[in-house]
Amino acid sequence: MPKSKSAYSTPTKVSKLETHIIVVWVANEASVLSRVVGLFSGRGYNIESLAVAEVDQKNNLSRITIVTTGTPEVIEQIVLQLKKLVPVHKVGNFKRDDKNVIFKEMALFKVVGNSIKINKALNACKNYNPVILDQTKKSAVIQITALRREIDKMAKNLKSHGLISVSRTGAVAMTRGAEIFN
Amino acid sequence: MPKLYTGAEIVFKCLEEQKVNHIFGYPGGAVLPIYDELKNHTSIKHILVRHEQGAGHAAEGYARSSGKPGVVLVTSGPGATNVVTALTDAYMDSIPLVCISGQVPTHLIGTDAFQECDTTGITRPCTKHNWLVKDIKDLQKVMYEAFEVATTGRPGPVLVDIPKDIQFAKTKYVSLKREKKIEIKNKNRFNQKDIDQLIELMNKASKPIFYTGGGVINSGPKASELLRELVALTGFPITSTLQGLGSYPGDENQFLGMLGMHGTFEANNAMHDCDLLINIGARFDDRITGKIDEFSPKSKKVHIDIDPSSINKIIKVDLAIVGDVTDVIKSATKTLKRKNLNLEKSNKQKISKWWQQIQKWRTKQSLNFINSDKIIKPQHAVQRLYELTKNQDTFITTEVGQHQMWAAQHYKFNKPNRWMTSGGLGTMGYGLPAAIGVQVANPNKLVVDVAGEASILMTMQEISTAIQYNLPIKIFILNNQYMGMVRQWQELLHEKNYSESYSEALPDFVKLAEAYGCVGIRAENPGELDEKIEEMISVDKPVIFDCLVDQAENCFPMIPSGKPHNQMLLGPKDQEENKITGKGKALV
Repeated sequence: MPKSKSAYSTPTKVSKLETHIIVVWVANEASVLSRVVGLFSGRGYNIESLAVAEVDQKNNLSRITIVTTGTPEVIEQIVLQLKKLVPVHKVGNFKRDDKNVIFKEMALFKVVGNSIKINKALNACKNYNPVILDQTKKSAVIQITALRREIDKMAKNLKSHGLISVSRTGAVAMTRGAEIFN
Repeated sequence: MPKLYTGAEIVFKCLEEQKVNHIFGYPGGAVLPIYDELKNHTSIKHILVRHEQGAGHAAEGYARSSGKPGVVLVTSGPGATNVVTALTDAYMDSIPLVCISGQVPTHLIGTDAFQECDTTGITRPCTKHNWLVKDIKDLQKVMYEAFEVATTGRPGPVLVDIPKDIQFAKTKYVSLKREKKIEIKNKNRFNQKDIDQLIELMNKASKPIFYTGGGVINSGPKASELLRELVALTGFPITSTLQGLGSYPGDENQFLGMLGMHGTFEANNAMHDCDLLINIGARFDDRITGKIDEFSPKSKKVHIDIDPSSINKIIKVDLAIVGDVTDVIKSATKTLKRKNLNLEKSNKQKISKWWQQIQKWRTKQSLNFINSDKIIKPQHAVQRLYELTKNQDTFITTEVGQHQMWAAQHYKFNKPNRWMTSGGLGTMGYGLPAAIGVQVANPNKLVVDVAGEASILMTMQEISTAIQYNLPIKIFILNNQYMGMVRQWQELLHEKNYSESYSEALPDFVKLAEAYGCVGIRAENPGELDEKIEEMISVDKPVIFDCLVDQAENCFPMIPSGKPHNQMLLGPKDQEENKITGKGKALV
């Protein structure tokens, strides 16, 4: 190794990466999303997917769901840094393989082809709650809800069935059972 | 019908309610309605700076030396962008600032109007929070929240952006009821169990050390008093970060001096070899820790901090106590006394070996330098400044570089809030405007900016502010004609390739002082130094003191290039000795 000319030390031990779903309840006010996203980009954290919408009109609350990958130390920092933002009410943190939490993404597939082709495509989606939102003689728009890797797989598989356009959301999450996250 | 107030009036009413006496600012188009209102509020004095960065740093100096938040008033566009450096500086060093900026009228926002910029967008990463006030009805609440956010928890800067039409618009003003307080984040989250654990660790330790930081200063003067009591009660050694200097007396025997990159040999070695490290209000900055993997490898670590995100950010700790330093130390001391654990006595045996070891390290005298009777050594200049000013309550600010480290090493602080330096961001040009703010907050005290000739030129224009308001600040320039710290690094790490670190065509600082209308003094040799410093102190005017020092002097001791605490590079004397044994080279 060449002699270091910098006073910044590079750590030799790096922990394993984990994927987490971070859920953030925020006041639905101007620029709040940019504060959250800016915190991620400014501190070098990574965003794999993002879903955000108002969930409580009366209390003016939005729920942001972020899928991120980092070492356990980084994930802990993300949660603590988010909690410091003024419009943030609370922060939830779940491991992606947490069995007590449901994660779902939604995708829209536009398939072009004759009815046989479209039916084949629909059939391929049958495990992922397919809904036809629009259909013409030559095309269909199919909605599915599934996990990310399942949607990844479908987006690949449907190519041979006339898939020409994909639109998908970020993941949203909810705990199982009667309890809610506090 | 209740009386209606304009936005500009509401701004001042809020400032009055917050008991603001001074604001630092610079007028411009988008903030004129607020400036127009200034004349109606005699309890608030405006200090006109020469550049908005100066306003920000002056407000920082004001805040650090008084404990009150600093208030800044600037216009839109360039006014706001110029203050960004100061906001970032305050953010890094946790200084409470409230910056009010004008903005183009709401209907012009987003049209690239004259002097428009996305102020809240630009300042979002360098403030604790910021607001763009789009409705006059929100203004009062936002102003209240701004002070609340800036001063509570871990303090920091905030910005309120007020479009010009909002400054003219009218609404009601009602004195805010106290119960409507917004939720305060970062309050104490520790309990007696945490404190008991801390006491147990302290009781068991045989090589303990306190490592204290700016959090002790930020917690208020009471925290420093309590810290002194705790240190006396335990008999433990204590070291401090750059920002924490003054919270514990610099001339006490239990104080090991500053730690970190240019800290003392004893402080850094004690950090490395200790078995209990108690961090009070510091944040394991990379200039402190050196190589992370080899940082204090044998110790149990305790971290006391008001900001939960500081815990485990850099260094994993064994016990985290989240809370205000004052409250934590108070509980710890109370518990110590209740349990009747006079550690100083009971532990004396146990930690006496530790003190012997520390004394051994002390004999290295790592701050020593080879003095000269022909040329002024910069360390000698700081030592003389200290000796000649220590009998009065002196406030020291600095710029950034070698002179800053020499000031930190050789000037001994005995009280908190007497030492103002840019540590986190390392802003050259900080010291002069900061000195202005300090002098505004402490009118009859001696305020000295220990400066370098390169730093001082970055905000030189503010000397004009000092003259306008009769602020007799002293600018003590250690003039070596180099960007000294840059030159030192180039010497040690870049084969003496002094790329662009020599300042040619420097001004004649004595003539410059005269041109500005203040006093210029030059010291050229050690023989005349004391007499000139005394002259500087006795002048009741701003002074620019041009102290010509050794150009080749380097700042030692030093932890070089990603090394741990126990591999320090010592001064020239020691390097000479090490060369013979061949050990010295390995350290570079």
